[in-house]
Amino acid sequence: MTSSNLDFIPILLQLVFVTVFVFFVIGLSHYVGPKRHSKNKDVNFECGIKQYGNARIPFSVKYFLVAILFVLFDVEVIFLYPWAVNFRDFGFDGLWKMVMFMGLLLVGFFYVLKKGALEWD
Amino acid sequence: MAENVKMVEAPAGFAGEGFFATSLDKVVGLARSKSLWPLPFATSCCGIEFMATAASGYDLARFGCERLSFSPRQADMLMVMGTISKKMAPVLRQVYEQMAEPRWVLSVGACACSGGIFDTYSVLQGIDKIIPVDVYVPGCPPRPEQIIDAILKLQELVKTEKMSRRESPEYKALLASYGINVY
Repeated sequence: MTSSNLDFIPILLQLVFVTVFVFFVIGLSHYVGPKRHSKNKDVNFECGIKQYGNARIPFSVKYFLVAILFVLFDVEVIFLYPWAVNFRDFGFDGLWKMVMFMGLLLVGFFYVLKKGALEWD
Repeated sequence: MAENVKMVEAPAGFAGEGFFATSLDKVVGLARSKSLWPLPFATSCCGIEFMATAASGYDLARFGCERLSFSPRQADMLMVMGTISKKMAPVLRQVYEQMAEPRWVLSVGACACSGGIFDTYSVLQGIDKIIPVDVYVPGCPPRPEQIIDAILKLQELVKTEKMSRRESPEYKALLASYGINVY
């Protein structure tokens, strides 16, 4: 049974309906809901005590480095999945291509190790 | 087993084939009273009794107090349990003021109701000096059964409260008498 583009119109309708519904409900609660403000009520909740200073402080770059390296090597793993599924069909030719791909990324990994980007302390 | 279970009666209304008509106040009151989420402002010994009440033996959750919240934005009733010193008073007041309406206050234990045995320079002689209180629970500390009794009394208050009470001038005057000006 071949499906044409027209068969996906219900999904588009569903998307439109969901968007309209969400905005409608939020708008309704905004306009119909009660608004009772007082000076202290609108202040951020800080367990009843006064708020001091800014919440934004500098933090160590090691968190960023670990996160970004994870993303890079995770994308590499994503490329490995189709090869894993079609392993037999790709044969030795596929193995050689994947080894070249992973080799290039391994060079990058050695650079990261030598530079000490994975040092936590 | 069915004899021991007390069912909630439907509010007064007109029932027909497949429908039931009643006033919104009654339905909302019923829903609110059976799902009061507490903010346990537990300071001292009464806090320990509250822990026992909330635990499995006395089980506060079966009265609707399933989700305890330590954030006033997400709680219905403020349960003040324990001695409130004068240093803690502005903190308590701020927490009360930051609760979203409708909100109720339970004053558990002698210290929260009136300062208890600590009639001294540092203890606030009753939290109703700084916030309006709905139900007082005497005791030092009150047993879990008394705390549950107070919650049941509060449920009666909540059930019969009109939805328009929070907009009424009497309520605004009550808050103004505590220095809370709503705009």
